[in-house]
Amino acid sequence: MTVWHLFLAFFRVGIFGFGGGPSSIPLVHKEVVERYEWLSDEEFSDVLALGNALPGPIATKLAGYIGFRVSGVFGCLAALIATAFPTVIAMIALLQVLNTFKDERWVQGMTAAVVPVVAVMLAVLTWDFVKKSTSGIGVKMTVAFLAGSTILLQLIGLHPAILIFAVLLSALLFTPAAEKGTGEVRKERAG
Amino acid sequence: MTYLQLFWAFFLPGILGYGGGPASIPLVEKEVVDRYGWLTTSEFGEVLALGNALPGPIATKMAGYIGYTEGGVLGAAVALFATVAPSLILMLALLSLIVKYKDSPKVKNMTKYVRPVIAVLLGVMTLDFFLSSYEGAGIWQTVGIVLVAYLLLQRLKWHPAYVIGLSLIYGAVFLGGV
Repeated sequence: MTVWHLFLAFFRVGIFGFGGGPSSIPLVHKEVVERYEWLSDEEFSDVLALGNALPGPIATKLAGYIGFRVSGVFGCLAALIATAFPTVIAMIALLQVLNTFKDERWVQGMTAAVVPVVAVMLAVLTWDFVKKSTSGIGVKMTVAFLAGSTILLQLIGLHPAILIFAVLLSALLFTPAAEKGTGEVRKERAG
Repeated sequence: MTYLQLFWAFFLPGILGYGGGPASIPLVEKEVVDRYGWLTTSEFGEVLALGNALPGPIATKMAGYIGYTEGGVLGAAVALFATVAPSLILMLALLSLIVKYKDSPKVKNMTKYVRPVIAVLLGVMTLDFFLSSYEGAGIWQTVGIVLVAYLLLQRLKWHPAYVIGLSLIYGAVFLGGV
């Protein structure tokens, strides 16, 4: 029964969450904390913090982890399937239909018109990351990192995987294990 | 061989994309467009646009669809597994360790310092899309659609699904002759 509820909860999150995984986190909270009360508010924040400390898509990390915690391997699978499958199937079906008509002029027109819209959405996302980055490490460091990354990735042609790995490793090695408590940490403790 | 490539193409973004699925899209593009040439930039843009018009996590939609076109149902399964499993297994396996260190400045700094790198990747991809649109729809159509889309999305706070829907209708009616 719980497995079925897990499936339903994450199915709803999957089909009502627009804008990718991070924007569906409030929906997960609604199902998991408010509707089914599988986790308390604090537990949910902890799980979210855990998920954010690790790489990869957040929606499936939350689904898999919460599913596992609530009812083991089957819960994990049910939550994962409910999160990913319905929208993947919808996506394949939609694109198959479009591909059947892809030599039609009106379909080519649709493709041409949608690319600039995606460009705008990506530009907004890029700007979000720049802003988050300045609030995290300051303007000067952000500019330095942006310039450095641009040179390494675009001019020298370094694979992004290598750069990201190097950055993660340096943060791990060269950051002191404890610091006087940043604003973020203090806020969490107070809250 | 394709399955191995599919696994690799989605495994990398899965373990290196900090900031959730959307942040890993440029890494997916790098593998799918630049390395393996499964899609062109404009095809990738089309898939991404439709992905954004549909609900649900974007990373799994991209993985499932591209996996399916390259390797059928098994391909989709491999790509989905590569996207989802590594970080989830990490989360379940390292649980006690992460609980201990999640507030550690080391872990927080890993996320913080990787953001500008992701920003550059996203920026480059944005530029690719502008160029691809310029080649496809021409400069005036591109500028016009970009301005209207920006207005609707950012100023009037329209839902992305509506803006994409509107652009599809506009394209079908007015750009059909391109």
